[in-house]
Amino acid sequence: MSDLSEALQARVAEAIAQKTPLSIEGGGSKAFHGRPSEGAPLPVAGHRGVINYAPTELMITARCGTPLSEIEALLAEHGQMLPFEPPHFGPGATLGGAVACGLSGPRRPWSGAVRDFVLGIRCINGKGEILHFGGEVVKNVAGFDASRLMTGALGTLGVILDVSLKTLPRPRAERTLAFAMDAARAIEQLNRWCASPLPLSAASHDGERLCIRLSGAPAAVEAAARRLGGEHLPDGERHWAEVREHRHAFFQEDAPLWRLAVAPATPPLPISGEWFMEWDGGQRWLKTAMQAGIVREIAARHGGHATLFRGGDRTGQVFHPLPPAMAGIHKRLKLAFDPHGIFNRGRLYPDL
Amino acid sequence: MHNEPTPQPGLDKAALVSALQAVLPAGRVLHREEELRPYECDGLSAYRQRPLVVCLADNVDEVQSVLRLSQEWNIPIVARGAGTGLSGGALPLENGILLSLARMKRILDIDPLNRTARVEPGVRNLAISQAAACHGLYYAPDPSSQIACTIGGNVAENSGGVHCLKYGLTVHNILGLKVLTAAGELLEIGGQAPDAPGYDLLALLTGSEGLLGIVVEITVRLLPRPEQVEVMLAAFASIGDAASAVGDIIAAGIVPAGLEFMDNAAIRAAEDYAHAGYPREAAAILLCELDGNEEETATQIEEVEQIFRRHQATRVTCAAGEEEKQRLWAGRKAAFPAVGRISPDYYCMDGTIPRHRLPEVLTQIARWSEEYGLPVANVFHAGDGNLHPLILYDANRPGELERVEAFGGRILELCVQVGGTITGEHGVGMEKLDQMCVQFGAHELAQFHLIKDAFDPAGLLNPGKAVPTLHRCAEYGAMHVHGGKLPFPNLERF
Repeated sequence: MSDLSEALQARVAEAIAQKTPLSIEGGGSKAFHGRPSEGAPLPVAGHRGVINYAPTELMITARCGTPLSEIEALLAEHGQMLPFEPPHFGPGATLGGAVACGLSGPRRPWSGAVRDFVLGIRCINGKGEILHFGGEVVKNVAGFDASRLMTGALGTLGVILDVSLKTLPRPRAERTLAFAMDAARAIEQLNRWCASPLPLSAASHDGERLCIRLSGAPAAVEAAARRLGGEHLPDGERHWAEVREHRHAFFQEDAPLWRLAVAPATPPLPISGEWFMEWDGGQRWLKTAMQAGIVREIAARHGGHATLFRGGDRTGQVFHPLPPAMAGIHKRLKLAFDPHGIFNRGRLYPDL
Repeated sequence: MHNEPTPQPGLDKAALVSALQAVLPAGRVLHREEELRPYECDGLSAYRQRPLVVCLADNVDEVQSVLRLSQEWNIPIVARGAGTGLSGGALPLENGILLSLARMKRILDIDPLNRTARVEPGVRNLAISQAAACHGLYYAPDPSSQIACTIGGNVAENSGGVHCLKYGLTVHNILGLKVLTAAGELLEIGGQAPDAPGYDLLALLTGSEGLLGIVVEITVRLLPRPEQVEVMLAAFASIGDAASAVGDIIAAGIVPAGLEFMDNAAIRAAEDYAHAGYPREAAAILLCELDGNEEETATQIEEVEQIFRRHQATRVTCAAGEEEKQRLWAGRKAAFPAVGRISPDYYCMDGTIPRHRLPEVLTQIARWSEEYGLPVANVFHAGDGNLHPLILYDANRPGELERVEAFGGRILELCVQVGGTITGEHGVGMEKLDQMCVQFGAHELAQFHLIKDAFDPAGLLNPGKAVPTLHRCAEYGAMHVHGGKLPFPNLERF
């Protein structure tokens, strides 16, 4: 439990004065994510601790260095959870890292993404000022939504100090069902289920088997399971944890790993390689040796985008390149928050 | 600061009108006094201003042409949908163009398998759900004005509604936007695929009150209609009992689709008007909507009923059929017009507070109501702590509107003090600029202006709204001197 706001602010001020970039470091669990950034390390993991947790308000505020596991354990004690099920990708995962990376887990299409649960952020901008956007209540439309803007910005707009998140009650019952079917059928079947009122909360397809998770009141889960049939997977919880953390067998090789985001019902894409589908079909992992340009072009043709998630050449474009008008807005926003280009230079895009 | 509109002394209105007429079809540039009058206010009718000229755009090209002229002539633009907003966000500027997007009301595509609808900004909120109904799908956010309000306006204000406790605000339910920047550049943000690359501009644009761009197309997420919807009503002899029941429902791990509170003044007004069957003598009622499949709602009804009983509910009923559900909701939905009937005017506030502070905030509002001699009716979204105190007054009595504004201002500042916010869903607009100075410090406001600059360096999109200038805050601060100290800008946060 310690508040390092002032020390971090001083460190930022020093970097501004010396015009030296900083590379923000939390627990290091997602250091692989994005591009390598230039700059002296700015460790923030020491800025940690829960500041305010009000279970009946469904809200928690904690410092950026607070380990995700600590937050999840505290919420579990009160029968609650982080509904976006953030991937940890390592034991050191922190709240700040989860928010800065903006990655969501299996429940995302049904509960929402990280940004959907961010209520407020306190941060240090590139002028060394401590700013507080949003707050601790769910309904709040005062001012531009800068806290959601910083979510997923990979630290390029400022140092996240504290985050307030909405929490939700844990479902009272969950059950995982498995169905043998190929990818094309799985995508269509899953999206049909999504369009009907079923208590779905996760889905995966490994090429041969579609797994889905049902969540809710025990009687509701029971009724839906009866209706859908399939095979009951007794260790469902482990399956979803393995998928979320990329410990599943699919993710164990060294081949470059792509993440494609597409319209959920998009049929299997014509890119050779191995596929693993998640969510409602909107998130698709791909192991391929195909050229980046081809992967991106096919993703874009289907209204989507492609990220080189792990491996491959990380000095080029790791995230899907932006069209010129969008790139221009990004540059101007970066300047608006970080006029001297101090934070995580190049981590998101080479010129940000 | 760029956002104080500056009048242009030498402006040749006739020349501007001809320039606009050259890019828009006949009859779509309104400039005569009587044509401008219908546009002089939005839903906050206490604020009125006739624009210089009104343009009615029908498509993206026309919006783009008007934007280019606005840059060329250095004339500000205020975009408007149905004009139902409650904070003066669409209030015209004396020297500005009022750009109506109400004609752009085409539903471009409904994709039942991907569960999305792609629509133009002038499409009415309810029209989306109606168009999707044949697929068993609907668009979740339902502001009370949903029959009339447009989706473009909903995006600009990040509108909520009765069901956002469970289904979120507009920001949680839209997937993509096409936006024209002030310079007329088209930005395509997000779409049917999740997690667009780069910064979350979708979130930034949502609720930006027309200051960052003009939304010309929206892709919204559609949800399957829940199998079962149940509506419960509980009456209480004290406001405190009702308020603590709200906290206990949430604590029990139940997230109702809606959880609404009405106090005695609101109950009586609504009952006289809509005959919903509300108990007129109750100090407060709660309306609780539960949805899901049959098994889920059955379990939840039982639990919620127990919670109501535990908090001394004097009456608990669960609507028996569709008709009774509609009737119970009709009273709540008619609450604002019902209050409008018992008072010449009312002023609707929109602060949000942490739920557990409800009893003390309501008590303080009641105390001030006596102090100012202005009755208050409370109708609000209890589940998410979003208050809507309605201050009753008569605008024809000299000085009364000023008293109402002073009272309202204190309520909003109290919301900030207890850890909440000055606006939960209506937006800042023109109305709450002063309270923005209480909610945010100088650094945050300066950062907002820099964000605005990044999109609109000339400051021509809805200038003067949503974000106050630091100068204005200094002046407002000077009016609230405590202990000889200016609360602004010396104080960063309070």
